[in-house]
Amino acid sequence: MATGMGPVFDGISHFGLSPEDFLPVIALGFFAGLRGPAHSRLTLGALTLCWFGGGLSALLGLSAPEIVLSCATAALFMLVGMALAANIVLPPSVCAMLGASLGLVRGMADLSGVEESVSHILTLLGMTASVFAIFAIAASLTIPLKRLWIIVAARVGGSWIAALGLLLVGWIVRYGALTR
Amino acid sequence: MKRMDSSSLAAAALLALLAAALPTDVSAHIVKGEAIGFFSGFEHPISGLDHVIAMVAVGLWGAQLGMPAIWVLPVTFPLVMACGGFLGLIGVPLPGSEIAIALSGVCLGAAVLLELRPPLWVAGILVGIFGLFHGYAHGAELPPGQNALLYSLGFVLATGLLHATGITIGLIHRWQWGKLALRGAGAFVLCGGAFFLWGALS
Repeated sequence: MATGMGPVFDGISHFGLSPEDFLPVIALGFFAGLRGPAHSRLTLGALTLCWFGGGLSALLGLSAPEIVLSCATAALFMLVGMALAANIVLPPSVCAMLGASLGLVRGMADLSGVEESVSHILTLLGMTASVFAIFAIAASLTIPLKRLWIIVAARVGGSWIAALGLLLVGWIVRYGALTR
Repeated sequence: MKRMDSSSLAAAALLALLAAALPTDVSAHIVKGEAIGFFSGFEHPISGLDHVIAMVAVGLWGAQLGMPAIWVLPVTFPLVMACGGFLGLIGVPLPGSEIAIALSGVCLGAAVLLELRPPLWVAGILVGIFGLFHGYAHGAELPPGQNALLYSLGFVLATGLLHATGITIGLIHRWQWGKLALRGAGAFVLCGGAFFLWGALS
């Protein structure tokens, strides 16, 4: 998308206007935040680096087919949503792997079919900066949570994300790959 | 100036993030069908009174049952509803869904009216079964040409807000008059369910 403010802002706006990107990032941020600072720090690094890596590999022409990326997106919605809804106990490395998978898949999906250029690398940088910021904000807000109802609200949100993932699988079965 | 504590700040941020999930039909992000997808998804659960009364009743019953049912039931419902939506989307036949949807109003209304307190797992299964049929109707009646994610987001959000409405109304349960009013609301849901059941059977 073109904002008219340059490629970095295009990347930031793309992330902010793509629910398939920001919803799982926020959910993962809440989940990692509920688990603690160690989980959050490791996942933040893995998610951001892999998002950039996935986008870069797509720019270089190394991307998975659209249907695979759509299925992986739906599966990640379900995994992240279920993890948050159930507030399951995971080691930091597994949480980071979840973040890495999300970063790779969404980074690739966002930039697949786009030609490599300095402008698009800047767009990817803008996108990655948004991922970093939104995840960090979501996780840092959740870490100090003490009130039960706010934790419950985050977990209810997780169940909605998981429900979305399951519905996306149905859409893919019925209509094929999701449109970007 | 009074400073916000971290919980208030987190609550405000949660609301802001939820607001960010709203559609972007006036932005420059032009992708055909996006806003239509969100709104038609959002409209679907609230356009049928049979869906509305059942989903509000889930919230009412959850509030009546107290912790942890107050949040377990609204978490269970969208998840199982999505399973039903999945079945509807892929075209698996599920006969009698209209009857089951109407029956959900009758059963949930009766549960609120009689202030039934079954074990949590029984309440969860009951709500889950009805959620399956409600979701199936949403999936099977899907209009073509919608944005998948935004349509789904709209209908999950609308369902969740209907539960939240039920829970909010159900908070009057803490007062004696509120308990009676809540049981009255259960009777209203029961009558509505019976009306739709009559229609589905005839």
